[in-house]
Amino acid sequence: MTALLTATGLDLRFGAIPALVDVAIDISAGEVVAIVGESGSGKTTLLRVLSGMMAPDAGTVLWQGQDLRAMGEAARRRLMRTDWGFVHQNPRDGLRLNVSAGGNVGERLMAVGARHYGNIREQALDWLKRVEVDASRIDDLPRTFSGGMQQRLQIARTLVTRPKLVFMDEPTGGLDVSVQARLLDLIRGLSRELGLAVLIVTHDIAAARLLADRMLVMRRGEVVEQGLTDRVLDDPQHPYTQLLVSSVLAA
Amino acid sequence: MTAPETGYTFAYLDDATKRMIRRAILKAVAIPGHQIPFGAREMPLPYGWGTGGIQVTASILGPDDVLKVIDQGSDDTTNAISIRRFFTRVAGVATTERTADATIVQTRHRIPERALREDQVIVYQVPQPEPLSKLEPRRAETERLHALADYGLMHVRLYEDIARLGHIAKAYDYPVMVNGRYLMSPSPIPAFDNPKMDRMPALQLFGAGREKRIYAIPPYTSVRSLDFEDHPFRPIRAPHACELCGSTDSYLDEVLTDDAGGRMFVCSDTDYCGERQAGANKAAAE
Amino acid sequence: MSAALRTEGLGKAFTLHLQGGVRIPVLGGVDLAVHAGECVALWGPSGAGKSTLMRCLYGNYGAGGGRILLRHRNGELDLATATPQQVIEARRETMGYVSQFLRVIPRVATRDIVAEPLITRGMAREDAAARATDLLHRLNLPDRLHGLPPATFSGGEQQRVNLARGFAPHYPVLLLDEPTASLDAANRAVVIGLIRQAKAEGSAIIGIFHDTEVREAVADRLYDVLPQQDAA
Repeated sequence: MTALLTATGLDLRFGAIPALVDVAIDISAGEVVAIVGESGSGKTTLLRVLSGMMAPDAGTVLWQGQDLRAMGEAARRRLMRTDWGFVHQNPRDGLRLNVSAGGNVGERLMAVGARHYGNIREQALDWLKRVEVDASRIDDLPRTFSGGMQQRLQIARTLVTRPKLVFMDEPTGGLDVSVQARLLDLIRGLSRELGLAVLIVTHDIAAARLLADRMLVMRRGEVVEQGLTDRVLDDPQHPYTQLLVSSVLAA
Repeated sequence: MTAPETGYTFAYLDDATKRMIRRAILKAVAIPGHQIPFGAREMPLPYGWGTGGIQVTASILGPDDVLKVIDQGSDDTTNAISIRRFFTRVAGVATTERTADATIVQTRHRIPERALREDQVIVYQVPQPEPLSKLEPRRAETERLHALADYGLMHVRLYEDIARLGHIAKAYDYPVMVNGRYLMSPSPIPAFDNPKMDRMPALQLFGAGREKRIYAIPPYTSVRSLDFEDHPFRPIRAPHACELCGSTDSYLDEVLTDDAGGRMFVCSDTDYCGERQAGANKAAAE
Repeated sequence: MSAALRTEGLGKAFTLHLQGGVRIPVLGGVDLAVHAGECVALWGPSGAGKSTLMRCLYGNYGAGGGRILLRHRNGELDLATATPQQVIEARRETMGYVSQFLRVIPRVATRDIVAEPLITRGMAREDAAARATDLLHRLNLPDRLHGLPPATFSGGEQQRVNLARGFAPHYPVLLLDEPTASLDAANRAVVIGLIRQAKAEGSAIIGIFHDTEVREAVADRLYDVLPQQDAA
């Protein structure tokens, strides 16, 4: 299996604080990879570096063999609206709140050149259906949606151009537990159905277990352990992972 | 006509300023539709009265030029008269109300009905040069969007209109793509005038005084109004004939005639309307 | 003919860092082989490491030493050294595991849980749903439960959902950890039937069966799992 994204030797410091220490990671088509760890462990920083939103002090990130830093901002932006997607923890960061649900879903299509209103609307309706938002809400503003609906809308908006890789930063973070489950199932179903690679940052170990094929455990900017999700959680090797796993409350 | 004022440089602006503005204009012509920042000066007219257009006109004006100034198509509104009188006083140039006779036409909110020629220049007064300003308030971000030709956002705006109203509701300042590259605000002209910009033989210059931007469309440049394949751009016009000259293809103003709800539709372009009326009278007299 | 699954000198120990790094050896020198159409029952006292062995075979626990060779895609894959992607692929195509507990995303319908491994193996959605429905019926789960998430089901019902999910794809290798622990006699008989059918169809099965009746009905032989000496 060839990797879509390959990062090696990533280093980044914020002053005296090491945010990334010699981090290596790769992700292949159709894989769901979770990055877990406590707040401040460097999870979100890693996501930002991998998605080109932030430059590392050292190390390289390759997208399908191409160096991200060498490709320039225009090409990175194009990636971000075609082959990549980014789902923010707070849907308000990923949605346009003064634009209707349909317009939000259609934006990426229009950004890559779709110029047929009827087709755009049809695809928007199809995606609202996939993420279980009622079709009658297509012309409503997202601010009238519940948090869970906003998050599902953000996912629809991201997936409409059929990206190969989606970065997700705590996508279930601000949601009620009951809504989280539905969203997890949706993400998993879509990833399977579309052969989508997902790189998901979360501190929710239980969610990671249900969603991810592989898992990386981060602590103080270092990847202390990685591997098959259920093996990392059920047979943790590193002291920190053992602590992390034993600290999870059983439902 | 008042004699030119003494004690001013020709056309009010000092030569260094004019050269600075001319450099901005040349750059603007070289990159059609791209906004060029310039050091706008304080003018003896308030912002909103066309200070951007006036500075552009002042920088390209020569003693032999014939200037026409219109406001909403009319030569005799306060704004048009003030600007015309200003240039008469500070440059002593000839002015005209006839489109055909002008070498420079400065305009607010209209393009004359009579087709402009290669030997003419039209200068637009622009309040807001950034077509994305209402969608993306951060200037740095809109500049990045222009640099990357990332204009999906503008289409989102049009999409929203169709979704809510069934058609694209923008009736003026309707966004255009210039030379297939830059998204541009045509200034608040009616969408009806947009097609006149496409491949126009005259040089088109745009000046925004408060926002300190100049942009341009060189002669014969493609200017396309944004639209959707299934919702094509349509210039909108009141479905009437001009009550003065009978024109059925010019842009009309709706004029209230009394306090009892009386109104009439007349050409917005007063020169065009006057010429047609004169022509009709002449034909009738013969 | 090579075994469907075999181990060579498989060992496993746990190091508990939170308990001062104490090391607990559980398995050592396990040489086990199971062939197509055969059922091997792991045998040994409680705490001897039967479940640990099972989890090592499935890749859920990392092997401490030795090899775990799975016949997969016309070759042999060593699960002790395989990459996560290879383990996932082996689990999708070759090896199923029925644990004692059902662990699934909440709010997903029972029928979909059972059909999911079929769909990931490329079966059409309708066919997968039909096969899931059949198996659930066979395991005496009535229609009215198929559309509900199993979270509120009884222990026995959840186990039967788990069994249906494990048996649905006809894996060449199937690992069963106490598959009948919470079942009544009637359902135990159904499970015996399912295991026999899977064997007849060529599956290699390794199981932990506390229930003597079930073990005697399905196991071709026993494999002794011996407790390790406590090294601490």
